[in-house]
Amino acid sequence: MHGPSREPSILTPAGLQALFDALRADGFRLVGPTRRDGAIVYDDIAALDDLPRGWTDEQSPGRYRLVPRTDAALFGYAVGPHSWKAHLHPSIQRLWRARRDGESIAVTLEPLPTERFAFIGVRACELKAIGVQDRVLMGGAHVDQRYRARREAAFIVAVNCAVAGGACFCASMDAGPAVRSGHDIALTELIDGEGHRFLAEAGTAAGETALEALPRHPASAADIAAARAQSERTAAAMGREMPAEGLRELLLDNLEHPRWQDVADRCLSCGNCTLVCPTCFCTSVEDSSDLTGAETERSMRWDSCFNLDFTHVVGGSVRASVRSRYRQWMTHKLATWHDQFGESGCVGCGRCLTWCPVGIDITEEVRAIRASAAAKGV
Amino acid sequence: MALAPDPVSAVADPMTPTASRVLGRRRESPNVWTLEIDAAGLPAPTPGQFCMLTVFGVGESAISVSGLRTRPARLVHTIRAVGPTSRALAALRPGAAVGLRGPFGAGWPMVAAEGRDVVILAGGLGLAPLRPVLRGLVARRARYGRISLFYGTRSPADILYRRELERLREWLDLDIEVTVDHAGPEWRGHVGVVTNLLSRATLDPGRSIAFVCGPEIMMRFAVAALKDAGLADADIHLSLERNMRCAVGHCGHCQLGPVFVCRDGPVFSYDRVAALLGRKEL
Amino acid sequence: MPIKSVEEILSEQPFLAGLDEKSRHLVGGCGRNARFAAGDYLFHEGESADLFYLIRQGRVALEVKAPGKGAIVFSTHGEGEIVGVSWLVPPYRWSYDARALEPVSAVSIDAACLRRKCEADHDLGYEMMKRFMPVLVDRLQATRLQFLDVYGPGA
Repeated sequence: MHGPSREPSILTPAGLQALFDALRADGFRLVGPTRRDGAIVYDDIAALDDLPRGWTDEQSPGRYRLVPRTDAALFGYAVGPHSWKAHLHPSIQRLWRARRDGESIAVTLEPLPTERFAFIGVRACELKAIGVQDRVLMGGAHVDQRYRARREAAFIVAVNCAVAGGACFCASMDAGPAVRSGHDIALTELIDGEGHRFLAEAGTAAGETALEALPRHPASAADIAAARAQSERTAAAMGREMPAEGLRELLLDNLEHPRWQDVADRCLSCGNCTLVCPTCFCTSVEDSSDLTGAETERSMRWDSCFNLDFTHVVGGSVRASVRSRYRQWMTHKLATWHDQFGESGCVGCGRCLTWCPVGIDITEEVRAIRASAAAKGV
Repeated sequence: MALAPDPVSAVADPMTPTASRVLGRRRESPNVWTLEIDAAGLPAPTPGQFCMLTVFGVGESAISVSGLRTRPARLVHTIRAVGPTSRALAALRPGAAVGLRGPFGAGWPMVAAEGRDVVILAGGLGLAPLRPVLRGLVARRARYGRISLFYGTRSPADILYRRELERLREWLDLDIEVTVDHAGPEWRGHVGVVTNLLSRATLDPGRSIAFVCGPEIMMRFAVAALKDAGLADADIHLSLERNMRCAVGHCGHCQLGPVFVCRDGPVFSYDRVAALLGRKEL
Repeated sequence: MPIKSVEEILSEQPFLAGLDEKSRHLVGGCGRNARFAAGDYLFHEGESADLFYLIRQGRVALEVKAPGKGAIVFSTHGEGEIVGVSWLVPPYRWSYDARALEPVSAVSIDAACLRRKCEADHDLGYEMMKRFMPVLVDRLQATRLQFLDVYGPGA
């Protein structure tokens, strides 16, 4: 069928493979979920067989296990330790090189990235997180050009979650589970008596064009209803919740709450949460040179507010205690992010719970502060 | 000996330095030097702004602009050698290569100061970002009311820009008082905290605007003394310092509560940061 | 040229502002004019704190002797300020030197005389305490700030 494709259509698995092939033929580098080292991570993929067919995950604070499903779903799991920031805002990038030639120095900007990614299987929380990072890195007076180059070239194939993870609370953060905007194509995987198929909806003209070239047929009302119902079931099955109302004020009014010391006594300050969080954006720079000092360069790499020297000034670090660093991370994510960027920094993906080695649950910490604040009548 | 700066870098990418050169160097005190650097086409800074200075192969530091020369355009920065990068910067000799990014940040509110009495309170190296203010006020003297500088530092040997201050002292319509924490017997000036100089002066709080810069402890005491003298929070401005890496609000290091010191500051009016400064380890 | 009495001089001093005439007369009775040339010492460390000073004009340095450095000045005081607080508490002995940095004119107050009068007239005693306490508190705060060495590594 060819024609206006803002109307939902149905792709078979073969049709999905055809989409992969078309994107690759078009020069995109496909990145999507695949099983590795006991987790579902984002890596280069080419075929449906690379996807974690028939697997799901069990997640809770400090725990992640892959468990086989009873069906052959390709996207039947929540999110793993990776987020798309590893590709859009990589953990290490060279910024520039400088060469000394006698008395003069020539500085050469590292060429802007030209890679075009096609992200397969982007969840609603992740789409929102990408939007959050867009605002941080492109929304101010200065634009991160490397991020913008990768971002503008990216093609996004989103997937509506059929499974709510044990650590998920995107519904509380108004970040899902249904995909709303920012995608080129959104897929909903349906496996039932009618067969294994994908409801496909275009979100942009580029998405329309891509779908037009694929073998597909129009979606029936039943298909559309099944897809919507699935999203509703997922929304009702969230593993966690974190009521967001008044959250900013709650935290900023309780900066000396005893709970901060309580969580600091458990927190290892390892920074895992900042590594897996899809909106954490902090970076540092590092200068290096060859042995002669003739060739020097600067690279940018991920940093974490949990590092002791993150706030180093003459005399020491401003945030020397773990208490102050944990407080910084949580109040930035849930409170001052609003002041800076007009929205929450949290999308409820639950990664920080799952990948914390001591199982600190940010929703639980908020609940504890809210409860005692309520008890005091604050 | 031509410089070969990347013509794209200065404007197109704020993360890439422009290659420049040190033109002059003066020692202010045993561990403080002032460098004059070829401005290399960078936009002229306003008082209170800072640049990111790179020693190629070593690292980069945020240094306040402590002066500006024109014809030819030169940036002036005063550096205390206290860590590996600042030590390397302070050791650069005339002719040495240096990387420049900037200028960045929100500077001192010079326009708001017009028609008012300007009180400048400086502590230690804090005089460096305030020197462009003093020079700016003097250059357009008629636009301002009374101008006072109260400057405190550790000892007489640590006094910055001493000759310049002595010259300015000779102006009849500037009030410059310098104090030190301790001195040897040859010092004839004040010894004691800089806030004492303020309490001995007569201020008209309704007409006054204050610019404060120095170690954070000193700034908090200075603000308390200014408020005791009757100044409103919104009329007191401070220059804050935090760990800066990118200077453009992307790396997250310089955050103090909701503000990015590199982008929303480094100059802030006290009403905006009072609650932030009062909290330990924020 | 009319010479002001000690009492008249004291009445002009902000330090004693608000003191009633009777009390001013009592204090004046313990006071005398004093003059110092630049370099003169008002008192020395270890001496008995018999006289303290209210400075009318000029600057005085408080200092301690330091081997190898001559002396270290830790505070200076000028017009309207009190020099000498050790007379307030036993053993009534100076713990530092006070040196005139320039010509100084002051009113010297006999400490024993003032202590006797305060003992006899507690209202006067309280008025004196109300004026000396802020001086002590301010100097304590200032000393703490200086001790914190906030300006960091210096010369």
